[in-house]
Amino acid sequence: MRLEPIANPGLGRRLGFPAAALVVTVVIASLLAAIAGADPLLTLGLVLKGAAGSKFALLETLNRATPLIFTGLAIAVAFRAKLWNIGAEAQLYAGAIVTVVLGTSVLSGMGAAALPIVGLGAMVAGAVVLLGPVVLKTRFGVDEVVTTLLFNFIMLLLVSYLLEGPMKDPMGMGWPKSAPLDRALRLPRIAEGLRLHWGFGVALIAAGLVWFVQARTTLGYEMRAVGLNPQAARFAGIPVNGVLVKTALLSGGLAALAGFSEVAGLKGHLSQDLSPGFGYTGIIVAMLALLHPLGVVVTAIFVAGIFVGADSMSRAAGVPTYIADMMLATGLLLMVLAIGLTKFRVVRG
Amino acid sequence: MTATDHKAQEIVLRLDRITKRFGALTANDAISLTLARGEVIALLGENGAGKTTLMNILFGQYTADEGQVEVFGKPLPPGNPRAALAAGLGMVHQHFTLADNLTVLENIQLGTVPLWRAALGQAKARAKLAQLAADFGLGVDPDARVGSLTVGERQRVEILKALYRDARILILDEPTAVLTPQESDALFDTLRRAVAKGLSIIFISHKLHEVMALSSRVVVLRHGKLVGEVETAGTDRHALAAMMVGAEVTPPAVTPITPGPALLTLREVSTPSIGAAPGLNAVNLALRAGQITGLAGVSGNGQAALSDLISGLISPQSGSLEGVGRMRWSSRAAIAAGIARIPEDRHKTGTIADFSLTENAILETYTQAPYSRWGLMNWHAAEEQTRHLIETYDVRCPGPHGPIRQLSGGNMQKLILGRVLDAAPRIILANQPVRGLDIGAISYVHSQLLAARNAGAAVFLISEDLDEIMALSDVVHVISEGQLSPEFQRGEKTAAELGLWMAGQGFDRAA
Ligand SMILES: Nc1ncnc2c1ncn2[C@@H]1O[C@H](COP(=O)(O)OP(=O)(O)OP(=O)(O)O)[C@@H](O)[C@H]1O
Ligand SMILES: [Mg+2]
Repeated sequence: MRLEPIANPGLGRRLGFPAAALVVTVVIASLLAAIAGADPLLTLGLVLKGAAGSKFALLETLNRATPLIFTGLAIAVAFRAKLWNIGAEAQLYAGAIVTVVLGTSVLSGMGAAALPIVGLGAMVAGAVVLLGPVVLKTRFGVDEVVTTLLFNFIMLLLVSYLLEGPMKDPMGMGWPKSAPLDRALRLPRIAEGLRLHWGFGVALIAAGLVWFVQARTTLGYEMRAVGLNPQAARFAGIPVNGVLVKTALLSGGLAALAGFSEVAGLKGHLSQDLSPGFGYTGIIVAMLALLHPLGVVVTAIFVAGIFVGADSMSRAAGVPTYIADMMLATGLLLMVLAIGLTKFRVVRG
Repeated sequence: MTATDHKAQEIVLRLDRITKRFGALTANDAISLTLARGEVIALLGENGAGKTTLMNILFGQYTADEGQVEVFGKPLPPGNPRAALAAGLGMVHQHFTLADNLTVLENIQLGTVPLWRAALGQAKARAKLAQLAADFGLGVDPDARVGSLTVGERQRVEILKALYRDARILILDEPTAVLTPQESDALFDTLRRAVAKGLSIIFISHKLHEVMALSSRVVVLRHGKLVGEVETAGTDRHALAAMMVGAEVTPPAVTPITPGPALLTLREVSTPSIGAAPGLNAVNLALRAGQITGLAGVSGNGQAALSDLISGLISPQSGSLEGVGRMRWSSRAAIAAGIARIPEDRHKTGTIADFSLTENAILETYTQAPYSRWGLMNWHAAEEQTRHLIETYDVRCPGPHGPIRQLSGGNMQKLILGRVLDAAPRIILANQPVRGLDIGAISYVHSQLLAARNAGAAVFLISEDLDEIMALSDVVHVISEGQLSPEFQRGEKTAAELGLWMAGQGFDRAA
C-alpha cells in the first residue's frame, strides 16, 4: 500500500472524508459510552448540548476556543515557513507571566488604557522566548524541534518557582497562584451580560491580520518562499535567516497572546494550570486548518466544542472524564486522517 | 536493423491509442507505438511535447484517460508501478529517485524485499550485483552511500536497480542531460551491451547526435501527437530537427563586435572547496561589455564555485571582485550590481516549484516598486509583469496563476530567462542555460544571449558542451581543478587543443 498525491481533490472528497470521520467518531464514542454504562444516544446529545446547546454552552465554547486560536495561529505562521515551533506552551506562559507582572505592579494604576501595553509586553516576552531557539538554529544549526520542546518544561518549572516564591499571592492562603490583576486591567466582556471576553475579539482580529500578512505583505511572501524552498529563496536574495527570525517573533508573540487573554480575560491571575496544553492542542488546530489562518478560527472552535461538550457530558451523565478524553482523542485522530485522505489516495501495490 | 527485420521480431511492448489530459491540455493524444525485442527507440520532441507523460503512463505513475499498454502480449494494469516492474519494465527518471542516506546495495534492494530480509540475503544480492556490474560495465561500489556519488554514478545505480529486478525493457528519460560527455559514452556502451543481451530500450533525448548514434528507430512527438516515425539509418540530424519543430532550425549567427571595458573583474580570487568539488585557485577573469566569455571544462572542476561566487552566494576567501559596487557581497548585492543569474538547476535553485508563475517571476525583484511598497505586495503589478514575460519570452503555459511545477523544462527556463533579462542587465551569468532544452529552445536561448551581448552586456557562459562554447564565445577560458586557463580568442584553439586543457594539460606551464 502506498499514498498517491491527488492533484486537485474534488469537493466531494474534501467534504466526504471529514464527514465520514465525524460519523465514525460518533459510532466509536457511542461504543465507549455504552462500555461506561451510559446510554449512547443520550451521551451524544449531552455532548452536543454541552458544546452548543445553549447560549451559555456556545459562549463557553468560544471562550475555550480563544487561546486555541492564538496558539493555532502561532503554529500555522511558523509551520508555513517550516519553522517547527513546538514551544507555544512556553511562549503562552511567558506572555502570562509578563501580563501578571505588568498588571499587578507598574501599570496597575493606569486603568484600562494600559491594556494594550500589557498585551504588547506579553507579545514581546513570547517573541523573546522563541528567539533563542531560532538564533541557535540559524547560527549553529541546532534543531528547533528539540529546543522549543525543552523550553516548555523549563518554562513550567519557572512558573512553579515563581508561584512558590517571588510572585506568590500573599493573600492566596498558601495556594500556588499569583496576586490577581487589577480590576481595571481585566479584558471587558464583548457585550453586557455575555460571558464572552474581548480576548475572542482580539483572536479574530489576529486571524484576519495573519491572513493579511501572509497573502498581501512582502514578509508573508518571503515566509512562504522560505518554507517552500529555502535554497531557491536564498539564491533569489531573500534573507532566509532574517525571515526566520521575523517569523519567530510573530509566532512567539501570537502564542503569548493566548497567555495574556487567559489571564486578563478569564482567570485574572497566573496559576500552574492556566493552560491544559493549549500550546500542544494548537498544533492539531493548525494542522486541521491546513495552516490557513482563517481555517484556524474554525478548527479552534470545533476542537474547543468537543472539549467543552465532552466535559459537560461527563459531568451530566456520570461518564468518567477519561472516557470523554478518549472520545476526544479518537475524534481528533480521525479528523487528521480524513484531512490526509482528502489530499492523498491509498493505492494497492 | 531495418524495417523488415523489426517486424519479423517479437513485439515486447505495445501502446494502443494512449490519451492523457491535464484539464484543457491534451498531453498525449492517441499515441500508438510498438517496441521489438533488442530494439532501441529514441523518443524525440520539443519541451512539453508529452514525452515524460507518456513514459509515466507506461510505468504506472499516471493513469491514461484512454488507451492501453501491453507488455509481452499481456495487458498492463494501469496506474500500478509495481505491476510495471513485475512485467519487466525498468525506468530511469529525468530526476533521480534514490535515497541519499542509504548505500548503493540498500537502494537497489529497496522495494524488492522487506529491509529486514534484505539484511539476510546480502551475500546473494552482492553476487548478483557484481555479475550485473561486470556484464554491463556498470562499476560502482555497493557499500558507498548514494549521497556521496557523482551524478554519473547515481545514474549507474538507477540502471543497476532496474537490471537487478530483471527488467527486459529499459526506459531512460533524458539520461544524458546531466552527464559529462565521457559519462555519456560509458552509458552508451552499457546500453549497447544491454541490447546485445536482448533488452529493449526507449530513450528520450534532445541531443540529436546521441539519437543518431544509439537508436534503431526514431519516434517524434509534437503537441502530444505522434507526428513521425523513421528508421534511424534512413534519416539525418537536419531531417529530425525539422520533424521535431516543424521547420528547419538554424543556429543564430555570431557577428564579431569590438568588446567594451571590463564590467566585472576577478583578481587572484580563491575560494574554499565545497565537499569533493574544488574551490577556486587564484583565478583571474575579466568579463567585458559586448563579449561572450565561455567557460569550458569537465563538470566538477570549480564551475560551481565560480558560479556561486558571481551569483553572490559565496565571497572570495582571498583576492578581490571589482566592478560590483561596495555592498557586502551577497545575492542581493549581485542583483543590485546588475548581474542576471541563470542558475544551473532550474528546479531546485531557479524556481520554487509550488509557487505560481507570478510568484516566481518576481522572486528577485519583489522588494522593489511597483511589486511592493511599504511592505505591501502589489499582486496586480506582479501579474501584469508575468503576462508581459509570458508574451515576450514565449512561455507556453496555461497562464500566470498555475504552479510553475507543471511547466515543461524549456518553458520554465524561458520564464527564468525573462525574469533576469527583462531588466536589461549589465552582466549575465548563464550556467548550463540549455541543459535539457529542445533544439528550438536552445537556439532561442542562444539568440537571447547574443542579443544581450550585442546590446552591450558582458555574458559569462558556463557549459560542459564544448561545441556550444566554441559556437557562441568571443573568448574562452578552460577550468580544471579550480584553476583557470589564460584567455583564448575565438578560433585560437581547436576543440582538440581545448580538450587537452580540459584534461588538465597546459596548467603546469601556466601555474
Ligand atoms: N501534473 C501535471 N499537471 C498539469 N500539466 C502537466 C502535468 N504534467 C505535465 N503537464 C503538462 O503536460 C505537457 C507535457 O509535459 P511533459 O513533461 O510530458 O513534457 P516533455 O515532453 O517530457 O518535456 P521536456 O522535454 O521539457 O521534459 C506540458 O505542457 C506540461 O506542462
Ligand atoms: Mg520530460
